[in-house]
Amino acid sequence: MATQHSRSAARIMMAPAVTLLLGWMLVPLIATLYLSFRDYRPMRGGDLGFAGLENYTRFIGSSSFWPSILTTLIIVGGVLAITIVFGVLLALLLDRPMWGQGVVRILVIAPFFVMPTVSALVWKNMFMDPTNGLLAHLWRFFGADPVVWMSEQSLLSIIIIVSWQWLPFATLILLTAIQSLDGEQLEASEMDGAPTLARFWYIILPHLSRAITIVLLIQTIFLLSIFAEIFVTTGGAFGTKTLTYLIFQRISESQAVGLGSAGGVYAIILANIVAIFLMRIVGKNLD
Amino acid sequence: MARSVTTQQKAINTALAWAVGLLIFFPILWTILTSFKTEGQAISDPPVFLFFDWTLENYRVVQERSNYTNFLWNSIFISVGSTLLGLLVAIPAAWSMAFTPSKRTKDILMWMLSTKMLPAVGVLYPIYIGAAKMGLLDSRTALVIVIMLINLPIIIWMLYTYFREIPGEILEAARMDGASLKEEIVYILTPMAVPGIASTLLLNIILAWNEAFWTINLTVTKAAPLTAFIASYSSPEGLFYAKLSAASTMAIAPILIMGWFSQKQLVRGLTFGAVK
Amino acid sequence: MTMTVRALLGATALCSAAALANAETLTIATVNNGDMIRMQGLDDDFTEKTGIELEWVTLEENVLRQRVTTDISTNGGAFDIMTIGMYETPIWGANGWLVPLDDLSDEYDADDILPAMAGGLSHDGTLYAAPFYGESSMIMYRTDLMEKAGLEMPDAPTWEFIREAAAAMTDRDADINGICLRGKAGWGEGGAFITAMGNSFGAQWFDMDWNATFDGEAWANTLNFYKGMMDESGPAGYATNGFNENLSLFQQGKCGMWIDATVAASFVTNANESEVADSVGFALAPDNGLGKRSNWLWAWALAIPAGSQKQDAAKQFIEWATSKDYIELVAENEGWANVPPGARTSLYENPNYMEVPFAQMTLDSILSADPLDSTVNESPYVGVQFAAIPEFAGIATEVSQEFSAAYAGQQTVEEALEKAQAITNDAMEAAGYR
Repeated sequence: MATQHSRSAARIMMAPAVTLLLGWMLVPLIATLYLSFRDYRPMRGGDLGFAGLENYTRFIGSSSFWPSILTTLIIVGGVLAITIVFGVLLALLLDRPMWGQGVVRILVIAPFFVMPTVSALVWKNMFMDPTNGLLAHLWRFFGADPVVWMSEQSLLSIIIIVSWQWLPFATLILLTAIQSLDGEQLEASEMDGAPTLARFWYIILPHLSRAITIVLLIQTIFLLSIFAEIFVTTGGAFGTKTLTYLIFQRISESQAVGLGSAGGVYAIILANIVAIFLMRIVGKNLD
Repeated sequence: MARSVTTQQKAINTALAWAVGLLIFFPILWTILTSFKTEGQAISDPPVFLFFDWTLENYRVVQERSNYTNFLWNSIFISVGSTLLGLLVAIPAAWSMAFTPSKRTKDILMWMLSTKMLPAVGVLYPIYIGAAKMGLLDSRTALVIVIMLINLPIIIWMLYTYFREIPGEILEAARMDGASLKEEIVYILTPMAVPGIASTLLLNIILAWNEAFWTINLTVTKAAPLTAFIASYSSPEGLFYAKLSAASTMAIAPILIMGWFSQKQLVRGLTFGAVK
Repeated sequence: MTMTVRALLGATALCSAAALANAETLTIATVNNGDMIRMQGLDDDFTEKTGIELEWVTLEENVLRQRVTTDISTNGGAFDIMTIGMYETPIWGANGWLVPLDDLSDEYDADDILPAMAGGLSHDGTLYAAPFYGESSMIMYRTDLMEKAGLEMPDAPTWEFIREAAAAMTDRDADINGICLRGKAGWGEGGAFITAMGNSFGAQWFDMDWNATFDGEAWANTLNFYKGMMDESGPAGYATNGFNENLSLFQQGKCGMWIDATVAASFVTNANESEVADSVGFALAPDNGLGKRSNWLWAWALAIPAGSQKQDAAKQFIEWATSKDYIELVAENEGWANVPPGARTSLYENPNYMEVPFAQMTLDSILSADPLDSTVNESPYVGVQFAAIPEFAGIATEVSQEFSAAYAGQQTVEEALEKAQAITNDAMEAAGYR
């Protein structure tokens, strides 16, 4: 590896950047921590003094707290499951020889470029509206009663919308990983007469484990904090209030900034628990 | 991938892949189509697909109401600017983490990612007060910095995983040949790192383009990007599917086009060095 | 890459040129409702008269509210004029965040503002925001369907009559729902409707000691009646319908009756947008014989933040936008049916305007709502469909989420009321009322 000299040179060169970086990332964290111990209510005149642990106990004591954690986990878990399962299938399909592969790939990536607000608006109004939505027309065409997506299937609706946005991301990562799979190895197994399923299970899937890990980690971080999709569609009603949304409600709608900030600290704790949990299961794939 | 396939198999693959591709793309296609309908046609029962009177009326109405180009320029400035600035800060940091890692490196990386979980609304008041005091409200500069900070963990993460794929042996060989640190960076590492940097750049432009909290809350008129533009069309009175579609199409078209032209780089970058 | 750099340079040049072009510019935050958008089309008239340029920030209601609240409570100074509602105005006025509008010109004739509106936009008798348009709520119904059902709508019906009429008008095969009402969560959506409806059932948010009253019979009656009627005669998915959804249903001929904002009358009678434009009738919002009707009172109004550096110019603009002349200007350009309603007494004395079919009913509705005395029993708060205290918006949004879940059948009315009681009392305790 590098010599002692070049190593310390590199350290000196990088140290300021790293420090600066960590410092910058600490600012919001410290601001949140500070506010979480204050009774800060802008509508009542701003900072009303030290609040001790009251914000923390009040936030966790609210009847909305535990359901919001559960909702968060269901949405994250649901989207992860859908995007990874379909991502793998889609990647396998796109890897096969076909005409117009480039164009198909473009079609599949496209949802990733759409602003969350726009995609939520489009899905809610033009697809899931129980009267004028395209899905309602489809249901009626087959003689069924249209589903009232936003209330009857609220969580599923949000999972569908978010999965649509993130499926391209998963597919792309998995596709590239599959493309790097050694063709000869596969051919050899084909010659051995290994059944398709076994081939998938013993050769392809292990090869994909690292890519799947990356999908899991990156998506989890983004999914834990989804907001626009809920704000636009259900506004937190019908059991779709995630932890992030609950914090938004406390701060922006109830104007209880201290209380919401305590929620923010809980959110970081939750993110770290999830991250540690993930690292335990899949972390070794990253080395 | 030199597997031989029959034409028949290829045809089946093609049909299936196109069907799935079109299904996934359909919501966007439908939005674009609806943007050319009248409000009445947009909700007609049964829905009309292609055979309607195509009109540009919705685009005219939207453009009349809002100065689209101004929003567009701001979106471009903020997303490109914040990404470039982010790369400037992140490259050295990711570099040092990748090439001279310590025991804590991985923990620091995880922690950085987890700070993304901090809900933005929690620091809205302190940051808003700070920005107002420093006269940075409605300033593109302020937004570039804020968006850069938000995406920094992701930028560092991507670069780190990418840089780690660069084999250390090459460096050592270069040092044996007496290359200086500067030469090492300019001639050996940079060429190898450029693809990773390029794809990080692209992904972050997309993320910055779609950021909708700070871009709405820290802007007024001069610096407002397309996310603010959309916020004025999201729930107007009366029939609005067609106008909403036109506004949506205008908001996503530039990034969609950029994405399509650069999808090869994007694919490479998104893998985070998952390819071994 | 060079392309990008060039693009960036271009953007900078473009924008700095725009900034140099004028001296005095007012920045106005407003909501994306039809009347405000119409005003943006007519703003040249103001610029010609005064030489003051206008910059508009048009946002959807919820986003706007968050945006202006952040700015005003931090004294951010991003806006010279804010479009706010009857809920915010007295609270912000009391906090000293708004410039008092007590020195408007004689020509402006501030006494002409409808007393109910002026009252709701004042704190301690001082006006803090000038109403751009005002509204109450009323019944809009299909005269043809009413006739077909063999019924006649009284001018001031009861809830019992509405429920029967709704059932009689409903024709599921023809896709006609007897009645469309807001059920969507949010204090300004379904929350506003059910609160106003509750007033006519003798329900109220707080008793005189600021305790929640959801454990009382009045609320149970309100919710059970609402849900019963909507399950019988309402559209599928009414729990997610707000103003816009119902407007579009009514315009498509899918509702027999709709009780909502009086401003909607001009949309449902506009033949360009509405399929049922020539068969709409109007009536006062229903009551239960307890002395209070179920109509609300609201105004979108223009206010100046106390931190604004351009207060004089801002006042000039407010005088222009809420003046009698502006109403004339709109009438000239768009016709009398499209002028901003509900703000000025003189509008309802204008024979041209009184020919508009919904003018009289709008005025009667506005006059029958009193923010200072909205509940059957005595209450400690001001406001018809809200309580003008800072904590209300947050509490009412959460409560209305529980109600919407009950409408959708995800919990019973009793469960929803129990939760509402707990949520409200908790929040009021945290805020120091109890």
